Amino acid sequence: MTVALKAVYTIWLRDVIRFYREKTRIVGMLGQPLLYLLIIGTGLSYSFRMPWAQGELSYLEFMYPGIIGMSVLFTSVFSAVSIVWDREFGFLREVLVAPVPRWSVAIGKALGGSTIAMLQASILILVAPFIGVKLGPAMVLKLLGMLFLIAFSLTSLGITVASRMETMEGFQMIMNFLVMPLFFLSGAMFPLRSVPPWMETLMRADPLTYGVDALRHIMYAGTPARELAVQFPLATDLAVVSGMSLIFITAGTLAFNKTE
Amino acid sequence: MNIIETVRLHKRYKDLTAVEDVTLEVREREIFGFLGPNGAGKSTTIRMLATLTRPTSGTARIDGHDIVRQPNRVRQSIGLVFQETTLDERLTAAENLLFHGMLYNVERRALSRRMAEVLELVDLTDRREARVKTYSGGMKRRLEIARGLIHYPRVLFLDEPTVGLDPQTRNRIWTFIHELRIRENLTIFMTTHYMDEAEHCDRIAIIDHGRIVALDTPANLKKMVGRDLITLRTPFRKEVMLFVEDKFGLPVQETGEYLQIEVSGAESFIPVLAGELGGRLHSISLHKPTLDDVFLKLTGRGIREETADAWSVYRTHMRWRR
Ligand SMILES: Nc1ncnc2c1ncn2[C@@H]1O[C@H](COP(=O)(O)OP(=O)(O)OP(=O)(O)O)[C@@H](O)[C@H]1O
Ligand SMILES: [Mg+2]
Repeated sequence: MTVALKAVYTIWLRDVIRFYREKTRIVGMLGQPLLYLLIIGTGLSYSFRMPWAQGELSYLEFMYPGIIGMSVLFTSVFSAVSIVWDREFGFLREVLVAPVPRWSVAIGKALGGSTIAMLQASILILVAPFIGVKLGPAMVLKLLGMLFLIAFSLTSLGITVASRMETMEGFQMIMNFLVMPLFFLSGAMFPLRSVPPWMETLMRADPLTYGVDALRHIMYAGTPARELAVQFPLATDLAVVSGMSLIFITAGTLAFNKTE
Repeated sequence: MNIIETVRLHKRYKDLTAVEDVTLEVREREIFGFLGPNGAGKSTTIRMLATLTRPTSGTARIDGHDIVRQPNRVRQSIGLVFQETTLDERLTAAENLLFHGMLYNVERRALSRRMAEVLELVDLTDRREARVKTYSGGMKRRLEIARGLIHYPRVLFLDEPTVGLDPQTRNRIWTFIHELRIRENLTIFMTTHYMDEAEHCDRIAIIDHGRIVALDTPANLKKMVGRDLITLRTPFRKEVMLFVEDKFGLPVQETGEYLQIEVSGAESFIPVLAGELGGRLHSISLHKPTLDDVFLKLTGRGIREETADAWSVYRTHMRWRR
């Protein structure tokens, strides 16, 4: 067991060090969500009306949790896809021949990706006061916990997909057919109400929907906006995201078992 | 004691049989060479022994552990240097070693001592904090060998450890390998398709199309192909031929403007011959049997087409005819 935990730690540490070494990746990763928040948030808030919010919630406030969810999504999946690099450049083989269980490799990878995603999310949380979202320390802790769960499930999903990918060329496919739909269907940009039923079904099938919903629960707690903006009970959100984490990390481990 | 034992190891990929019926034993502290052309099944055999690929059938034991039933035991007791580099180029040499040691559960304090030791062994101590990106090909190879040793393996697998390196670096790596065996009490299982390198091995298995076609010491293998071959160029062919056959009782073969004599211990025979024939000879050349010849004899092909140039094929054919 200690061997496995040590392996989880090793794989995690390597991912974090590699991230820290890549200055351009850091800049891009931290800059991108701020840019989105600024441009999309500000731009859309002038043309996007939310009659259902009854003036309790500005569009910027509405989409702030969505932007956090988005950056966690992008970063998680992107980190997971690095296993394709690991495979191409051989590091994965070195790990797979070590006397450690495969699940510890999958979990280490998932934790590595989650950590990086959390770093990014933390930066976004820091700008909350500038958007008019008030967050207390307890709230921040709850948010971080939730974000971690979301990041973990999404990284695991990414690992499952990436471990079947042969080359980096598949990355574009993942972006187009996995990441973008997950993002747009998550309710990050527009709420789940007043969409056609087929779309609502899709939105309900998107794990990120529940993640973003949970973030809204936590962020708007105690304000009238909460009842207006959330779509599911918090317990449902938590159950779904936790369930997804479990399912995806299992799938990721199984996928690792298949790789040679 | 045999540290590696394989019994009828078999690997099939769909309709292609990569490894067929490989049965062999490697003794402790042996340098065992696996020699064969591209696609012969060398890497596949190593992957099976290293538990990265399951054999289709057959079994193998490494240090007493079954490769299918006790993969983790096997993994702990082997070091593996892949054919392609598997270093993390963005990390430093020290970090690469550290992560490896952590994955193999080497205790922290012992690990830093061991890291210093293996770096010293491959002569990279002064580059330990440099990113691997900045290393040359030979340095990377050495670092990989060092990394494979971190967890005190009993067997080190080297898949073409010197491919793509210049002769000096290759020699250097060979020096390390010989040193390792002594200092680390290691058994080394390596693949190569360089014939001259195979000479470093205690025993060699020659593999072709997934099958072992010969397994013996380099010296014994070379005995299979026959004795040394002396080639003479002389304008007095008839005369010389009769003289040699008469005086030494050796058959002489006339091939074009050359005469060929097959003897053992040609080094001491040449001075005698030259003394007797003196000015009648224009040139004498000597060909000692090489592993190339062995390979050629066993498979009918050169191990790499470019080494089996027309002349050596012709010459060798002349010899097999007899
Ligand atoms: N994963 C795989 N799927 C299908 N065929 C494979 C696979 N791995 C190897 N092979 C085939 O098995 C045969 C043996 O390959 P292997 O890599 O063991 O050769 P090798 O002796 O190491 O050659 P080289 O000197 O080129 O490294 C080849 O024909 C190869 O195409
Ligand atoms: Mg090979």
